[in-house]
Amino acid sequence: MPDQSEGYVTADGRQIGGVLMEMRDITLKFGGVTAIEDISFDIREGEIRAIIGPNGAGKSSMLNIISGFYTPTIGEVWYKGAKRPPMKPYEVARLGVARTFQNIALFEGMTVLDNVMTGRLTHMKAGIAAQALWFGKARAEEMENREVVEKVIDFLEIQNIRKTPVGRLPYGLKKRVELARALAAEPSILLLDEPMAGMNVEEKEDMSRFILDVNDEFGTTIALIEHDMGVVMDISDRVVVMDYGKKIGDGTPSEVRSNQDVIDAYLGVAH
Amino acid sequence: MAHKAEGVEGLRSIPALLHRNATEFGNAPAYREKEYGIWQSWTWAEAEEEIQAFALGLLNLGVAPGDYVAVIGRNRPTLYWSMVAAQMCGAVPVPLYQDAGAEEMEYVLGHCGARFVIVADQEQVDKVIEVQDSLHQFEHMIYVDPRGLRKYDHTHLHEYSHVQAQGRAAHDELTGELAARRAGLGYDDTCVMLYTSGTTGKPKGVVLSNRNIIEAARSSAEFDHLGRNDEVLAYLPMAWVGDFIFSIGQAYWKGFCVNCPESVETLATDLREIAPSYYFAPPRIFETLLTRITIRMEDASPLKQRMFRYFMAHARKVGPAILDGKPVGGMDRLKYKLGDWLVYGPLKDAMGFSRVRVGYTAGEAIGPEIFDFFRSLGINLKQLYGQTEASVFITVQPDGEVRSDTVGVPAPGVEIRIGESGEVYYRSPGTFVEYYKNPESTASTKDAEGWVATGDAGFFEEASGHLRIIDRAKDVGQMADGSLFAPKYVENKLKFYPNILEAVVFGAGKDRCTAFINIDLTAVGNWAERNNIAYASYQELAGHSQVLETIQGHIEEVNASVARDEMLSGCQVHRFIVLHKELDADDGEMTRTRKVKRKVIAEKFHDLVEALYSDVDQIYTETEVTYEDGRKGRIKATLAVRDAAVVPVTPRAVAAE
Repeated sequence: MPDQSEGYVTADGRQIGGVLMEMRDITLKFGGVTAIEDISFDIREGEIRAIIGPNGAGKSSMLNIISGFYTPTIGEVWYKGAKRPPMKPYEVARLGVARTFQNIALFEGMTVLDNVMTGRLTHMKAGIAAQALWFGKARAEEMENREVVEKVIDFLEIQNIRKTPVGRLPYGLKKRVELARALAAEPSILLLDEPMAGMNVEEKEDMSRFILDVNDEFGTTIALIEHDMGVVMDISDRVVVMDYGKKIGDGTPSEVRSNQDVIDAYLGVAH
Repeated sequence: MAHKAEGVEGLRSIPALLHRNATEFGNAPAYREKEYGIWQSWTWAEAEEEIQAFALGLLNLGVAPGDYVAVIGRNRPTLYWSMVAAQMCGAVPVPLYQDAGAEEMEYVLGHCGARFVIVADQEQVDKVIEVQDSLHQFEHMIYVDPRGLRKYDHTHLHEYSHVQAQGRAAHDELTGELAARRAGLGYDDTCVMLYTSGTTGKPKGVVLSNRNIIEAARSSAEFDHLGRNDEVLAYLPMAWVGDFIFSIGQAYWKGFCVNCPESVETLATDLREIAPSYYFAPPRIFETLLTRITIRMEDASPLKQRMFRYFMAHARKVGPAILDGKPVGGMDRLKYKLGDWLVYGPLKDAMGFSRVRVGYTAGEAIGPEIFDFFRSLGINLKQLYGQTEASVFITVQPDGEVRSDTVGVPAPGVEIRIGESGEVYYRSPGTFVEYYKNPESTASTKDAEGWVATGDAGFFEEASGHLRIIDRAKDVGQMADGSLFAPKYVENKLKFYPNILEAVVFGAGKDRCTAFINIDLTAVGNWAERNNIAYASYQELAGHSQVLETIQGHIEEVNASVARDEMLSGCQVHRFIVLHKELDADDGEMTRTRKVKRKVIAEKFHDLVEALYSDVDQIYTETEVTYEDGRKGRIKATLAVRDAAVVPVTPRAVAAE
């Protein structure tokens, strides 16, 4: 792995910055079950960081720790150079961490536009009364937010379904709407929980393209969990590999690919 | 130059018209584009400023008079401005079809020797980069949308807004030069060069002068009383002459506003929001619309269906007559009003036609049933007959004299004569200058007196003085027994059925007619869904026995209708094959304007044609297909060859003579 004290330059020439988020000695227990055991890794500014592993490896738990849904039993989360105290997910979201879900969590009855607008919630400050009456500051705020949302809609090429209720959309598009909602929050870190799950090859290609474009255009740091090894190796800069709650590998895709522990975990090994 | 003084009101070029509009009604809207969910608009004054700034930027990059500047992309104000900016610099804009593959682009860019290419986005940039090594004259490329292009080598690549900013920065240095170039634009200088898609051979570059465009735009705009308050939606390919005439020629002459949709997918919504008053579409669009309406009505509640059928029947009866201002009884009028309120009005609104004052269809003959459907709703849909070489207009239908089987009377200023072979010739102020770098084709198309051969066979109807086009002159043929063979006539009848997207009829020199059919996936797919018929692919659906039954039913109905036409009764379809793939421009089977290339299809599927003229009832075939990204693949299929019932006809008296 390259020296990372001051960031590094990726294979395709992108400059990756300093540490944005750091997981220090994280252990997560549910009663007697240890879901994550003593894992440390960092996420750097501007990179695409993947967390992979077989089923039940603890990937989603790790993502839930990053998003603040779980508080680690032991260990610390450092964010932008400071230790993050235990927080509610919405507080974490305000700090600039946005996510998508493995099982799509959109408001089915609402239009795409409204769904994406909810991604701006953390940026809205006007009171309920002002918002209801669409008056004064609330009005200006809504216009600003709508502008951001429209740029995201344009970026993800979903203009034609702007006014369509989400419930009527096919799966692949719903995933894209979820990404749009997360992007609308203008996050510092974007967490993607299995963005390609259940997609066909073409949809996967599209999604990969969008993930790369988001990273490229907005410089958003992306942490993603993914099952599909091929996709992960193609688009990520660095990969953490987990197995049974432990970290068994960490490095660039090619480093990880040649790591014996990783090969064993994925292909199985004779005991 | 002697011609300098000419030009209507001294306006001899598009930039001159632009300046007039910006001076006389600078605050009127000139362009609108939906972007970020909102219609952004530019007034004529703003448009002129934008165009000037970009023209200065082009000068700054070294655009010289007489240079060719290619423009590739979907309809966007920036690309229209690019064309006018190029003209300001004395260069010639050459719009290209944006869906053309890299090879096609290579040919056209190489043929015109474009030094500058202005494109919409990364997709087009990639295509040009792919072929740039073989383009010796190519120097700079300018793109509008920077997305995904940041990491490209920018030595010869520039962002539109940067070029414009540099132009603004160099205003003081270059503005004198730009003014000189603008003043130097003559009436007979080239306005634009458009490549004809051509149903045969390589595309040809049609050179159109300022005179051609402005005269054609002027007389046609007067003909339909277009005005400054008209609205058009620019959505047809920019490389097509029609778009150039409507969105630039007429728009600049009359000063009306050109609206650009947000994206191809949002077209229907955008059309509805703009509700243009002047609308233009090839028959294909109307066919698709009718198919969509039919499908939606089939999904509607029984009450709505009954209401729709009842009032549509009434509309068919009296609608066209009301539109033409013919006498119609009071009760019928009242009922039509009620229908307008309940059915026609909402229907027109849903299609975006609520304000259409003048609508045109051209490019191909439209099925009479489709044509009548739209007219009966009260949409003033008319036909015109034209081609690139004529700056569109050859004949047009005046209001009140609209029929589906004629293409109207000669457009203002156009002379027409019918050649001995039945071919239509015309001469007009819009007649093109020449084919670029192709004197042989120019000579064989246009004679010394300026008469141009259209390649279409037709005749003037004695009673009405309207021109009737039979078919492409080279397509009209004779069958083995000497009776007339006009494939398009039959194909258009077939295409009226929502289930049939495309049809190709064979029969020249044969004893009977046969046909290839393409099913319409939207319509047939919807039918399959309603009838619980599962299918995994287009191919499977197209080969489904029930689908074949249905298509056979359609063909037999058409046969019955064809049999009633004395001259063409021999054109009944005896046998047919439903094709396993959609005919596609990417495979060279259609032109970019979606006209079937008969000869290519007959050669490519020669095994199937042979099967049609044999006794076999099924045939195995393999076909090469080109995917959107240019990769090639093969599809294999065993297709059913089916017989259709024909109506026996007694030999015509003429044949017996």
